[in-house]
Formats: sequence, C-alpha cells, structure tokens
Amino acid sequence: MQSFVDRYSTTSAVSQLRKVQRLAEEDDEYSDATWGSGAGFGNIMKGSPAFTVPNVPDPTSFLRLHTDDRADPSCRIKIQHGTTTLAFRFQGGVIVAVDSRATAGSYIASGTVKKVIEINPYLLGTMAGGAADCQYWETYLGMHCRLHELRNRERISVSAASKYLSNLVYSYKGMGLSMGTMICGWDKTGPAVFYVDSDGTRLKGDLFSVGSGSTFAYGVLDQGYRWDLTDEEAQELGRRSIYAAGHRDAFSGNTCNLYHVKEDGWKFIGNYDISQMHYEGPGNVPGAPGGGYGYDQRVVGRSSANPPEVVAAAAA
Amino acid sequence: MSIMDQNGGSVIAMVGKECVAIASDLRMGNQALGISSNFQRIFPVTDRIFLGMPGLATDVTTLHERLRFRLNMYTIKEEREIAPETFAHLVSSTLYEHRFGPYFIEPVMAGISKTPTGKYKPFIAATDLIGCLNFAKDFVVAGTASSKLYGVAEGLWEPDLEPEDLFETISQTLMNAVDRDAFSGWGCIVHVITKDKVITRTLKGRMD
Repeated sequence: MQSFVDRYSTTSAVSQLRKVQRLAEEDDEYSDATWGSGAGFGNIMKGSPAFTVPNVPDPTSFLRLHTDDRADPSCRIKIQHGTTTLAFRFQGGVIVAVDSRATAGSYIASGTVKKVIEINPYLLGTMAGGAADCQYWETYLGMHCRLHELRNRERISVSAASKYLSNLVYSYKGMGLSMGTMICGWDKTGPAVFYVDSDGTRLKGDLFSVGSGSTFAYGVLDQGYRWDLTDEEAQELGRRSIYAAGHRDAFSGNTCNLYHVKEDGWKFIGNYDISQMHYEGPGNVPGAPGGGYGYDQRVVGRSSANPPEVVAAAAA
Repeated sequence: MSIMDQNGGSVIAMVGKECVAIASDLRMGNQALGISSNFQRIFPVTDRIFLGMPGLATDVTTLHERLRFRLNMYTIKEEREIAPETFAHLVSSTLYEHRFGPYFIEPVMAGISKTPTGKYKPFIAATDLIGCLNFAKDFVVAGTASSKLYGVAEGLWEPDLEPEDLFETISQTLMNAVDRDAFSGWGCIVHVITKDKVITRTLKGRMD
C-alpha cells in the first residue's frame, strides 16, 4: 500500500527526490557526480541537494531492511548509536557538554569524536544518533543560517534555525535519517536551547539530555540545576553529568567536551578525560571540588570500612 | 543481543617459562548499565590451578559451586591433588552434560604441573560453552573482548617469558583490549602462577 501511494503521490519525500533526480538528469548531459558528489553543498543553487535513491519499488522499506539495527541486530550497516549529550540554559548563558565515544556494536570504534558541531560563532549543535546525518545536516543548516544573515542583515534566531532543521528532517521522514540534536545559541531573546530529532520533534526548553547515557546525566543534572547557577558552577555541573553517564553507560565515555555560550558567542572550555575525572578530578579548574568523582575516591578514609590504601598496608 | 554478552567480562591466559598467567577485568553489568567494578570471575582451584569464567554472571556462581563439589569428590576418592589436564577434562565433561541447555560460560584454565623428572610444565586451556577443549601452547582468550584480545595478544606475546615479563605482557594485552570493548573493563586482576608462588595484582583501569 505504502509503495503504491509513493509511486503515484507527488508530495512524498521519495517522489520529490525522484523528481529532482530526473530533473538533474535531463538538465545537462554531465551530472553533478561528474564534478564531485551529487549531494555536495555546491548544489545549493538548485534547491535541495540530490541524493541517489535505491532503485527499488519501495526505497523506504528497502533502507529500513538494511539499516535498522533494532529490528535486526545482524544487519550489515550499523549506525553509531551510543552517546551522551546535554545542554542547559541558565542565568549565565548555555552550557553544552558531550562525551566522545563512538561504538559499532560492542566495539569502541573511536574515543575522540567531536560531538559538538560548531554551526557558526553563535550556534552549536550536538550529535546523537547517526554521526553522518548530524554532521551533514547541521553543516547544511550553517550555510542557510549564513544566507539568512545576508538576506535579512541580521543573525538568525535559534528558534528559526532549529525550525529550519526540523522542517528539513521532517521532509525525509521514514527514509532512515537518525538524529537527536540540541540546537543551542544566543539571539535577541537571550540564551536558547531547542531539541530537534529525526522524527520531527522540536521542543524549546531549559534542560535537555540525549543519548543512551541521558538517564544518568539527567540524574546529576536535575539534582544540581538552578537558574541562578554561577558560570563556574554550571560548567562543573555539565562536566559532572557527562562523567556520571560515561562511568555507568557502556556506550558513553572516553572524554568530555565542554562549551559555554554567552552573549558574544560560544567558547570552548575544555576537553576532560573521564577516567582521569574518576580518579583525580577534572584538574585545576574553577568550580571543581578537588579530588576524584569516583565513589571509592569520595568515600575513602570516611569510615573504618574504607581505610586509605597506605593505612591498610601498614596495618597488614 | 546474545545472552553471552548480557553481563560482559573477559578472561585471558598466557604461557611463560615455567610459569603461567591468567587475568580478567572486574566489570559486571546488565547490558549497557555497569553494576559492579569488583566482580570475581577467576577462582583458585588448587594452589597451582586457576579457573576463569567469562559469560553469564549467574552461571559463574552456579558452575563454580558445581565444579567445587566435583573437585572435592575427586580429591577425596583419589587422595591427591588434581592435575591441570585432568581438571580441564572435568570442566569439559561437566559442560557437555548440559549439551542441550548449556551454562553460558566459556571457561579458561591456567596451571602448572610437576613432571616425573622434576620439571614444571605450564598448562593453559579453554573450552566453549558445551565443553570443546582447546589446549593452546601460547595463549587463550574468552569473553566479550575476545576478538580484541586475540589481536593484541598476537602482537605482544612471545615464548619463554619470565614471570615479571609475562605479567607485563598479559596486563598490557588485557588493558588495551578491554579499552576497545564496551562491555569489559572497570579495572583488572592478574594472577601469575610460578613454581613456588602465586603473584596476584589488581590493576587500575579506565572507569568508562
């Protein structure tokens, strides 16, 4: 039924793509692929970028068959899933903190992934779900934000930018895009955070966390969050929340990247090793309590059941 | 998701010169959620034999108790300590008894035995979950990080390592392999069995 509707409808994403492809083929004898990628940003003048669609009656279900690893864990194409990302709004701006682990099944494919995408000096996007989807569409969003500036002689609002992205991913609904992102920035209205995902959800809010480790991050975040947090306290809360997720969640970890958005744009605060935070703490940074975040590190020496190592060795 | 990966965890054993080493990580989880960073997976069988059991945590306890019972019966009947080779066959047949409803464990054994000439012979072995024995001359691996352990061990292991060098080799192999596995890690424990003593060390590992 679905394929039947797709074939004869003129408004679905599939038929739109087919139309663009057909036009591109008729347009000139050399396709864009001759000069580079057909999906490249250079094709922005023609409207939406042209993607090749599987040449089968129902491309949507074909893609789902081969890419959805929840339905079929043995399928060939695996998309990066495990992640912890968070962003919250407070008196001093927006804090954005993410982990840096990429997993393919149980294999840790990378521990140095940049999950914060710097859209422009005033906008940040976070990456959860498909790494390629987030990277490509948030870069594409950056181009449109710049065009908006040129057309209107004014910076785009966070609300408008996030709506642009959510409308865009909604037009591809059902085609296997996978992204859960937070668009964060500072505009005329002050600090702003929007949650946008590939289902088409777009939510405005003060505090979000996305990914497999989000439940752990929310635990710490909710406990420590206040609107009137100082800059140092807020940065520490972001770091501590990502640590909690990195520690407990198998699919999150390695390092934490921390950003702070203020009136004059975002600033990269630092990169913190999660294992180092467990044993020694984040180092000499403002807002840190001193000492490791780990449970054993915090309780050592507090009771006779937890003697410090040196004392235990002397007693033996 | 396989039931073998439910709780995570990995074990490795290596042969050295008149010594053997066995090591494992300390994580016990429920799928992605880490529960414990102090889970014992390696058990002493005799003074010179150790048994590591990666796999389903509930079966680690059950199988350990069952093997302890059978080992005590053997020791009483035979009035002597069990040899590593014999113990390996005991583990194998215990597992095969459950051929059609197995324990979800892939045991790894390490020990040294005294030959009639007075020399010490290192011994390592591993089986699959229904008891197929694998007597290796270099190293054996099992658990969620097994594929990564094979890679690192192939690169680092060499024959006739002295106890301290064997400790370094097995520690580096395990620590670097589990850092690439989502379901293993959270610290490690290493046992090096030499002819006159057992060296046990707990290692600090990455906690993420």
